[in-house]
Amino acid sequence: MLYRENGQFKTSYVADQQMLPIRQDQVFMIALVVIAFAVVPFVASDYLIRAILVPFLILSLAALGLNLLTGYCGQVSIGHGAFMAVGAYAAYNIATRLPDLNILIVLVLAGLAAALVGMLFGIPSLRIKGLYLAVATLAAQFFFDWVFARVKWFTNYSPSGSVSVPDIALFGLVLNTPQEKYLFVLAIVALFALVAKNLVRGHVGRSWMAIRDMDVAAEVIGIRPMAAKLSAFAISSFYVGVAGALWGFIHLGSWEPLAFSINLSLNLLFMIIIGGLGSILGSFFGAAFIIVLPIVLNQLPAALGIPISTAMVSHLEFMIFGALIVFFLIVEPHGLARLWAIGKEKLRLWPFPH
Amino acid sequence: MNKLMRNWPVIALGVLLAAGLVAPLATGASPAGFYVEVLLGGLMTGVLYSLVALGFVLIFKASGVFNFAQGAMVLFAALAVARMAEVMPWWLAALLAIGIMVVLAWVIERVVLRPLVNQEAIALLMATLGVTYFLDGFGQTVWGSDIYEINLGIAKEPVMVLDGIFQGGILVNKEDVVAAVAAAALVAALALFFQKTPTGRALRAVADDHQAAQSIGIPLNRIWVIVWSVAGVVALVAGVIWGSKLGVQFSISQVALKALPVVILGGFTSVPGAIIGGLIIGVGEKMAEVFLGPVLVKAFDLAGGGIENWFAYMLALLFLLVRPEGLFGEKHIDRV
Repeated sequence: MLYRENGQFKTSYVADQQMLPIRQDQVFMIALVVIAFAVVPFVASDYLIRAILVPFLILSLAALGLNLLTGYCGQVSIGHGAFMAVGAYAAYNIATRLPDLNILIVLVLAGLAAALVGMLFGIPSLRIKGLYLAVATLAAQFFFDWVFARVKWFTNYSPSGSVSVPDIALFGLVLNTPQEKYLFVLAIVALFALVAKNLVRGHVGRSWMAIRDMDVAAEVIGIRPMAAKLSAFAISSFYVGVAGALWGFIHLGSWEPLAFSINLSLNLLFMIIIGGLGSILGSFFGAAFIIVLPIVLNQLPAALGIPISTAMVSHLEFMIFGALIVFFLIVEPHGLARLWAIGKEKLRLWPFPH
Repeated sequence: MNKLMRNWPVIALGVLLAAGLVAPLATGASPAGFYVEVLLGGLMTGVLYSLVALGFVLIFKASGVFNFAQGAMVLFAALAVARMAEVMPWWLAALLAIGIMVVLAWVIERVVLRPLVNQEAIALLMATLGVTYFLDGFGQTVWGSDIYEINLGIAKEPVMVLDGIFQGGILVNKEDVVAAVAAAALVAALALFFQKTPTGRALRAVADDHQAAQSIGIPLNRIWVIVWSVAGVVALVAGVIWGSKLGVQFSISQVALKALPVVILGGFTSVPGAIIGGLIIGVGEKMAEVFLGPVLVKAFDLAGGGIENWFAYMLALLFLLVRPEGLFGEKHIDRV
């Protein structure tokens, strides 16, 4: 009844090819953006913003980056935690060595540093794929874990190896309150999501998908595998690098050498599996899921009055994560994004059966 | 000659590695006795890597599944033995643990593999990632998450050998020798099992060609259960050796990830490759840590060594670039 596209006729190609062709989708998206920007900062508590919304947004951005590579271009990476680390440490070094630089420029430079590293570790993808590539990216993970723990220059010779970032100022305005930080992150994530959405609709994204679906056929129709794969690695790492810089600067504030360990890489992978491979929306769903699940698991036993130790909770969390991943792969390999699409499809017909 | 020319990157890499291996000895940077000790230590770690990698290769050959959960299986088995050995003799605990691993294999086949049959390799890899997380959590829920000891009743004091040849002799752990012998016995038993028994022959048939094996009446599902059980037993042996050496703790699961570069080096489908690859990686990283580490620390002013954390992976990465099928793997490979 409410969600139906009949009567919405397109009279030009531009109208037909717009990002959200159905009017209800447009209204929904605009409402979502307005609520996120104008309502949430005033209603949400500091705890909600600091512990849930900000990490959710940043991890969405990182998952989005990984999804561009794994979901759209079909190249598996277990090293994206390392590329986040590259972004975070690059931003830290740039910001401490050039204190007057605008934070936006710092973020872009951090992204570029991660993109460069990502391309470097993407080179093996020109010869190998699948499982072999996964091991190659694992090399990046362990190598950078070590580099940032051991090479003193990167941590600015701090004795403990942990770093803490300077205040973030945007055009003279220091971002202090959770609300300001939230808005800053939200604006960046919204921009990047928009770019990603259009990237995958356009020429670049289509060449990635062609490579993913069948590399030989893609080559035959004139797509250069090298350009497609390396661009996927570069853009994906750029996203993840920016996300890493935000994670370090806005969410953590100060961090230990192993803040970007292999667990983060695996978590990113889980986000895109649970959210949906090859779906922009799915990256957000997956990130939300991974953020919310531990919190629910922590609160639920207490709410139900079951005494349970924290160690037990973390073990249960592992078990439920693992079981859910297997469950999703078996029951719905396309993840939460697919469930969302099915829901929309059902809604189009509702309340009629056909 | 032509073949030699084509393989020059591999040969160059091999020569480089060999040069790095003998360099500390040749330049007189270390006394011979110490060098041999490091070599033996590396070989010992290598045996453990080999055992974990062996589990990978067995499963990969028989079912095409890249089993990320092998490390978690090692941890789970080790925890089971360690905790049950507190109330019974360790050999009884090990026997019971074998039973548990067989049940586990059966459950994994039923719940995870069977519904995912004919899916892409990547989906299966991710499913085993899920199994990894589940096993890590489950193992620690059931068995606890402290550091436990496995005591096999072997003296831990090092023995001095070869006093006459090297100055000061070489310290050898009796336990290490027992472990190496046990590992060798396991490999020999596996080889016999694969070559001489009907089940082993069926396993090899499945490894060669799934469809052909199925069409002559080999039950794929049962073969998978058997293969995962065998991999579970291999994991158990690796876990017991590891646990008795270093204590049973969560980090085993992570260190076992090193088996990935090992199988890359040795070839995904080769049992001898897994063993030799494990030894190469074990020796290589120990040598790199002991002899290359201080040089790097001095040159780049690092905050400590620890290059053994990534050395194996970088070696595998180099290897992937020059010879993706590994040392002994089949030529047939997904190339772009």
